[in-house]
Amino acid sequence: MLTALIVMAVLGLVLGAALGFASVKFKVEGDPLVEKIDAILPQTQCGQCGFPGCKPYATAIAKGEAEINQCPPGGDEGIRKLADLLGREYKPLNSEHGSEKPKAVALIDENVCIGCTLCLQACPVDAIIGAAKQMHTVVVPLCTGCELCVAPCPVDCISMEVLPENVETWKWKYPVFRLQPTTERKAA
Amino acid sequence: MNALRKLFGFHGGVKPAPNKDLSTREPIAQIALPERFVVPLHQSVGGTPRPLVAPGAQVQKGQRIGAADGNVSAAVHAPTSGTVLAVEPRIMAHPSGLAGPAVVIAPDGLDTACERDPFLWRSAKPDEVRDFLRDAGVVGLGGAVFPSHLKLRAGREHPMQTLVINGAECEPFITCDDMLMRERATGIVRGAAIMGELMQPREVLIGIEDNKPQAVAAMRAAVQAAGVRGMEVVVVPTRYPAGGAKQLIRVLTGIEVPHGTRSTDFGVQCFNTGTAYAIWQALEQGMPLISRIVTVAGNVARPRNFEVRIGTPLAQLFEAAQALPDTERYIMGGPMMGFRLPDLAAPVQKATNCLLAGSPALFPPPPPEMPCIRCGDCAKVCPADLQPFELYWFARAHNYGKAQEYSLFDCIECGCCSYVCPSRIPLVDYYRYAKSEIWARERDKASADGARTRYEARLARAERDKLEKAAKLAAKTAAGRQKAEQAMAGGAAAAPGEAAADPKKALIEAAMERARAQREAAQPKNVEGLSAAQQAEISKAEARRELARQMADNKEVPPE
Ligand code: SF4
Ligand code: SF4
Ligand code: SF4
Ligand code: SF4
Repeated sequence: MLTALIVMAVLGLVLGAALGFASVKFKVEGDPLVEKIDAILPQTQCGQCGFPGCKPYATAIAKGEAEINQCPPGGDEGIRKLADLLGREYKPLNSEHGSEKPKAVALIDENVCIGCTLCLQACPVDAIIGAAKQMHTVVVPLCTGCELCVAPCPVDCISMEVLPENVETWKWKYPVFRLQPTTERKAA
Repeated sequence: MNALRKLFGFHGGVKPAPNKDLSTREPIAQIALPERFVVPLHQSVGGTPRPLVAPGAQVQKGQRIGAADGNVSAAVHAPTSGTVLAVEPRIMAHPSGLAGPAVVIAPDGLDTACERDPFLWRSAKPDEVRDFLRDAGVVGLGGAVFPSHLKLRAGREHPMQTLVINGAECEPFITCDDMLMRERATGIVRGAAIMGELMQPREVLIGIEDNKPQAVAAMRAAVQAAGVRGMEVVVVPTRYPAGGAKQLIRVLTGIEVPHGTRSTDFGVQCFNTGTAYAIWQALEQGMPLISRIVTVAGNVARPRNFEVRIGTPLAQLFEAAQALPDTERYIMGGPMMGFRLPDLAAPVQKATNCLLAGSPALFPPPPPEMPCIRCGDCAKVCPADLQPFELYWFARAHNYGKAQEYSLFDCIECGCCSYVCPSRIPLVDYYRYAKSEIWARERDKASADGARTRYEARLARAERDKLEKAAKLAAKTAAGRQKAEQAMAGGAAAAPGEAAADPKKALIEAAMERARAQREAAQPKNVEGLSAAQQAEISKAEARRELARQMADNKEVPPE
């Protein structure tokens, strides 16, 4: 009886120590769920979801404080992926936060720019280059299309341009089955 | 010796009607210079070459007009001498019918070649030869247009065993390699020998399907004449797609290249015959890749092969072959893998191996698609050992992850599955759709990852700036305080209690003291050491000022 107790006690101590050691040694930095959600979000960093960026929105979703249908750039597909990941019900995009739009990039009219650097400070992803009293320009491949630089410009010289399709980005269309009329419809 | 060689089979495959006789009746013809050349800049896998010419520039035949953008890219050259009219987007020979950057050249009719020093490739380092080929614009002419210089490199860990020259040309209607081998076997063999020297394989095997006896004979004669050791022409059975790189490697060497590996991992590399010829032309004739052989066949009165300069409008080829009036569509590539051309204004590119004119009689419109009955016929013929019906199912359901799990990207789009499908499902269309959707998602993912990194870097920078500013401020106040304390320690005797009780006040006083000292120090420095005359001037001016002040005070003019 006593041996059994001692054995159990020692076992408990040893395993407890091992677990404690493992929890310190293999501690996971950050919240893996937030990372997973953040990986789905499109990183436009536009704030339309009501949070100051994708990561804060991901954190809010992970805590259950936000709905999954608040990110317009992610669109329907993003919501479905989030629903899949979190096992939540799919919901259509909440129109209060905006609507899904084709991807656009900011374009600065360089003749009008006065070099006030306001857009530079607004850009969340460092896609604008310029310096005080110098012309500014957008590095197109880096622009996420968040539109945050448009409003601050005092001379309204930033516009959003939808990116045209080119040979590289063109996609094969979903094969559609064309209905062919077998007989002419007679006029009644 | 061929009788001794053991050939292998590959899984699946079909035997469509070859339809190759008509276009091989006549020798290769030259196409006249067109009125305008439209030379696309992006003609190979990899980066779009940077244009090297501006509108108005005079170019010579073979002059480089687009420089390779990075190493995964290949240069493009002027097909003839003339004037550059524009560098602008033009319609491409691409299923999208979209425009891509191109150089428009008006030929001057003289066709003067540009001067170039002969390149002594034998004494050059292998890397220099590869760079030369990149700048000569040599790409795979079998259709994949992968830059050849990247393939001319033996695997790091695996020594080259076999170099395969692909003359199988399995797709119906296409005969450009066949005619090239019949007429220019020597060039191909020399090109293959050059590749052999660069890669040092144990053997060079030239694989040709058994439905091309003339090409086999011509190549055998050329190999014999050249007397290259280890080079051999091997006749392989005709079965579509024996000309697929992996399939031909399998037939010739028995090596099955598994998913996710490259043939170089097994010491095998495969090149098209046209590519071998282009390499020979570039290295020994000094002529970059500016023309290729194109088969024009199908619903045309005179199907044949043409040697065409890159950049010639497609319409001119159909004219030369006399497309029949009931032609309702034009196809680039063969009937199995080709795509419908949206516009005949598009130019011939390095990838254009065949042009087909289609009529409802020749290529009847596909009957309506029926549901998949899971008969498994497609899996039986798939040369890539895939399960096409599963891929179809997932592509149709937009389930891209699953499609990739079923090795969608191992599909070579050969079209065997669509060919045999009893439900006439355009399976390859679904695979192409799924592949381009997956590529688009990968692009989006990559740019999102970049945006995340930059966003986080920006946040980190803002945080660091804030900390730095705070630290600076703290250091400043600390320094000030210390000074004040020192000052107080000096004059503490006067009013120790007061100063000690209110260091802030002391601080302010110290600052005011400093400011006063500064003000006093800042006296005008241009009034010292003046001459008597200058002093007199100043006194006069002072007197005038004084007078003016008095006038302002008294509001009356004193008598002069
Ligand atoms: S709405 Fe904008 S900031 Fe919010 S998650 Fe979507 S892309 Fe990110
Ligand atoms: S906000 Fe407008 S004016 Fe100011 S730097 Fe940006 S583009 Fe130029
Ligand atoms: S051949 Fe067609 S019907 Fe048969 S399993 Fe394949 S896709 Fe389905
Ligand atoms: S098209 Fe793809 S799936 Fe169909 S048979 Fe060819 S390799 Fe297999």
